[in-house]
Amino acid sequence: MAGILVFIEQRNGNLRKASLEALSEAKRLASGAGLAVNAVLVGHGIGTKAAELGKYGAGKVFVADEEKLARYSTEGYAAAVRAAVEKSSPVALFMAATALGRDLSGRVAARLGWGCLADVVRVQVEGGAVVATRPVYSGKALATADGAGKPVVVTLRPNVFPAGIGEGKAEVEALPQVAGDIRAVVREILAKEGGELDVAEADVIVSGGRGIKGPENFALIRDLAKLLGAAVGASRAVVDAGWIDHAHQVGQTGKVVSPSLYIACGISGAIQHLAGMSSSKLIVAINKDPEAPIFKVADYGIVGDLFQVVPPLIEEIKKLKAEV
Amino acid sequence: MKSCVLMAHVPDTASVIKVPGASNRIDETDIKWIVSPYDEYALEEAIRLKEARGGAVTVLTYGPERAQQGLRECLARGADAAVHVKGGDGTFGDALAIARVLAAAIRKVGPFDIFFAGIKGVGSDNSLVGAMVAELLDIPHVTGVVKLEIGDGKLTAHREIEGGTEVVEAPAPCVVTAHKGLNEPRYPSLKGIMASKKVTIQTFAVADLGLDEGALAAAEATCRWKALELPPAKSGGTVLKGDEDPAGAARELARLLREQAKAI
Ligand SMILES: Cc1cc2nc3c(=O)[nH]c(=O)nc-3n(C[C@H](O)[C@H](O)[C@H](O)COP(=O)(O)OP(=O)(O)OC[C@H]3O[C@@H](n4cnc5c(N)ncnc54)[C@H](O)[C@@H]3O)c2cc1C
Repeated sequence: MAGILVFIEQRNGNLRKASLEALSEAKRLASGAGLAVNAVLVGHGIGTKAAELGKYGAGKVFVADEEKLARYSTEGYAAAVRAAVEKSSPVALFMAATALGRDLSGRVAARLGWGCLADVVRVQVEGGAVVATRPVYSGKALATADGAGKPVVVTLRPNVFPAGIGEGKAEVEALPQVAGDIRAVVREILAKEGGELDVAEADVIVSGGRGIKGPENFALIRDLAKLLGAAVGASRAVVDAGWIDHAHQVGQTGKVVSPSLYIACGISGAIQHLAGMSSSKLIVAINKDPEAPIFKVADYGIVGDLFQVVPPLIEEIKKLKAEV
Repeated sequence: MKSCVLMAHVPDTASVIKVPGASNRIDETDIKWIVSPYDEYALEEAIRLKEARGGAVTVLTYGPERAQQGLRECLARGADAAVHVKGGDGTFGDALAIARVLAAAIRKVGPFDIFFAGIKGVGSDNSLVGAMVAELLDIPHVTGVVKLEIGDGKLTAHREIEGGTEVVEAPAPCVVTAHKGLNEPRYPSLKGIMASKKVTIQTFAVADLGLDEGALAAAEATCRWKALELPPAKSGGTVLKGDEDPAGAARELARLLREQAKAI
């Protein structure tokens, strides 16, 4: 049953969108190459979710449902994923390049003796093997790599691949008890205050940089973000200045994001910032310096003072939204 | 506590990247090489641990001759010992091959009570080596750590996840990969620079570790960069002038986003 196995991430029983994207992409590749697509779902009390994965293209879903797996642990999850790999002998194991996927992928790959193509933005099947393209050197180059003739783990950058829903019900196979000794244990999960949307998961991001002049002016960024259902992002300059928490930082030493719309306000567009957002589908820049490098990657921009541009922009968008 | 820091020597993040035609590697001619920025957080945490609890910090790298500069810099910042496994040309980009070499070196020069690495080596941006080394050594790992407390034989680490923080408890030895926010790395002091010059860097060939680098790069390889290209240049976007009539520019932008880009 050679094919692609997709690890599906869930939180509190909710399937993560980035995993459904990975599954949909596996399905698209597999249909062209005559490969099977299976999935593995790990957690506790999650069994009812498994059949649903058929809609995204999974033929069979391996389920590891144990109390010990209720919370994520690298070792528990790695054991479950390995068991599913042994049952399905795939040519590739896909997962989403989320915080969890990026933690798990290295351990699983080493356990299997496979390579890993991390944070890819394009995948193909060539002669039965998976070949993927990924940004390297802060997005200044694209490397196309494969598993050197062996099966390979691939982590797919969230928000890059569309999740396609269709018809279908997956066959479900329970995995036997797999979780052995778990040494590194998650004791608690501290939710971010106010339940703010995370930049890594958002479809729209409005970011502020040093051009916003002071922490109090994030209120303006937040107003625009709220109107668009967006997450609030930031450059490193303002994170280092203590204006906003590091969790908001986009870039090489922050988060890598690919939203449908990224609005940069008062951000110069340093290469390390671009490393985190240049794969966004649509980039809008508001900056008073016409030479700011952010305009080189922007699809739309306004050269102007953000304090004079953003308030009317909010009003205009409100008007447009009221029209429908 | 004896700690070991895994260091990657990488192109400066501000480097201009050039790819010679039909190559899978960058042109290294004008590249300035630096200690990968995340490894600076890793090293700083190890040095703080030593300052608080005693012990020693060993920095380990696998790379070509020039990686010695990176080791010297780490010594100047406060590491006590440095280990250099020379090589890495054929295994370039293959995180598991790199981890196999590092794990073998650790078996040779260890044991250690704790390991630190950066969450990723900038450049290849894999985020894999730390976890792979942990698996090969059969010890736990925690990635992307922004806060760390070390108790008796165990540690508590905070790692950033989407929308929050996971608090992870693990026994030592363990591999901890550092994220920005863990600490503020210090600069090398003059005294440190002087002292570092007296340290002899321990060097090994891959063969000294009982591994065959040729095989790691061929039959045992797990990842191969087939091609490297520059991203397609973005064609010029629509840039509006907003200095004279900011409200007008804002209105036009909203319209374009709505009608042309269908983004709002
Ligand atoms: C190893 C390393 C890692 C890094 N990682 C990151 C990272 O992850 N993320 C990141 O963002 N940076 C990172 N940086 C820092 C990066 O190099 C830049 O310093 C940073 O991105 C600059 O932030 P900024 O654009 O907010 O500030 P600046 O570069 O100071 O730009 C401010 C911009 O605001 C504009 N402006 C000012 N006033 C107004 C106004 N009233 N209206 C409109 N525009 C205005 C200015 O024209 C300017 O373009 C890293 C650097 C290094 C060395």
